[in-house]
Amino acid sequence: MTTTTPPPPRLEVCGIEVAFGGLKALDGVSFTVGDGETVALIGPNGAGKTTVFNAVCGLVRPRKGHVRLAGRPAPSKATGLLAAGVSRTLQGLGLFDRMTVLENVLVPLSSLPGPATRKASKARAALADLGLAADADRPAGTLPYPERKRLALARALVTGPGLLLLDEPAGGLGEADIADLAHTVRATADAGCAVLLVEHHVDFVMDVADRVVVLDFGRVIASGTPGEVRADPAVEEAYLGLEAAS
Amino acid sequence: MDRFVFLLSTGLARGAVLALFALSLVIVWRAARAVNFAQAAMAAVAVYAAFAVTAASGSYWLGLACGLATGALLGAAVERGLMRRLPHRTPLPGMIGAIGLVMVLQAGLAIAFGPEHRPMRAPFSERPFVIGGVPVLSPYDLFVLATAAAVMGALALLFTKTSLGLRLRAAAFAPETSRLLGVRVPRMVTVGWTLSVATAALAALLSVPTELGLSPHAADLLFVDAFAVAVVGGLDSPLGALAAGIGVGMLSGLVTGYVSASAAPLAVLALLTVVLLLRPGGLFAAGEARKA
Repeated sequence: MTTTTPPPPRLEVCGIEVAFGGLKALDGVSFTVGDGETVALIGPNGAGKTTVFNAVCGLVRPRKGHVRLAGRPAPSKATGLLAAGVSRTLQGLGLFDRMTVLENVLVPLSSLPGPATRKASKARAALADLGLAADADRPAGTLPYPERKRLALARALVTGPGLLLLDEPAGGLGEADIADLAHTVRATADAGCAVLLVEHHVDFVMDVADRVVVLDFGRVIASGTPGEVRADPAVEEAYLGLEAAS
Repeated sequence: MDRFVFLLSTGLARGAVLALFALSLVIVWRAARAVNFAQAAMAAVAVYAAFAVTAASGSYWLGLACGLATGALLGAAVERGLMRRLPHRTPLPGMIGAIGLVMVLQAGLAIAFGPEHRPMRAPFSERPFVIGGVPVLSPYDLFVLATAAAVMGALALLFTKTSLGLRLRAAAFAPETSRLLGVRVPRMVTVGWTLSVATAALAALLSVPTELGLSPHAADLLFVDAFAVAVVGGLDSPLGALAAGIGVGMLSGLVTGYVSASAAPLAVLALLTVVLLLRPGGLFAAGEARKA
């Protein structure tokens, strides 16, 4: 028993159960995301997608089950995520509007050791990758919405995470911006980063995801490749059916 | 005209101290969203430490250094030992805790050192220079102005140009998001209290030699005026603290000279009332409040 054990997945969510009062938000949710893999978490509103993120980030504590990062228990506090190589974007973006664009990207680097000049060049490189180099010295609050979303993404990518959690990255974006976003997500995964994203935009999900995990009422009702999930009648009933009807 | 220049120049030195103390309130407000009503009593403790060290060693500068260190340690200790443990859903527990702390500290100082005023000597002459027949700032006033300017400049650099300053600002404006980005928010709150009380201690150390002397209540009036200054300038705004501090210092200097000393606090309160009526966020308030 020495040679053939595969390395543990970057993210392993195993049987987690989260309850708010009497309401079970998550009920035995399990899935994995491997290095270089993009997994989409989809499901109707209230299915528990953001709660999964919060459990991974240590913002809510599961009653049962566990979350592991590359085989180790996930940090119990959100502050430890950076050291564990986890970056997350927020639905509300959570930008520091009164800071400059560059300072926003410097914040996650500021708790890490290393010389300030290295951090500054890293931050500028992250901004340049997402086409924000010219805006570096503007207050973040003055950026238009698509640029704000890109800034949130740059801030998540600047630390070179091993696991990237994206909460509705395509929400509110137009087609050209979504195509750019898909390109960035693919490039990030190709570089070896595990990507887990929550998204309502079905075309975007089908485009970028290697696998799709479907949640409904806090349970995983389907998982597989985009093609498999699309053909699953349970998914159609729970989610895609609702989409079509609305 | 001579009188006007004299009053303005004394007001300027007083204004610098007010601005410094108001800045200390701004720092703790930004770090912890709390108005520290114990700031004057905590600063008085630091001044007593400086007084004792100066009396024992004969060195004003050693006393000054010990006073600042006492203020910094007291700030950290009060945050860790008291403020952090109070509920934060409403501001009330923090206020009541601070007021309780004022009573404990001031009674403790009176027990340890006696309630009387002790004269505290300034390290430089307080006799004003006379320029063209008009008495203007004294050497000590110049020392106060230079020290206040240097410390405010250093704090501005700390907050805007350093990695620690970036984390302090991030933790102040969006604590939850900052946690996700690896910022140790509780530590930043402690650092904020430390900086704040050390700054308040410096302001009190600079102001006590120009007043009646050292007593457990020596910084009380300074706090009242500086609180008005901080609110007038906008509690979130260091620049507001500076501008309003100088403005209020000059206003109370002029009112003291032309009307009477007892009218000066009323003039400050009148200014506070007008600002609260016209611009409740303060003159330099940013457009947007903090989120989450």
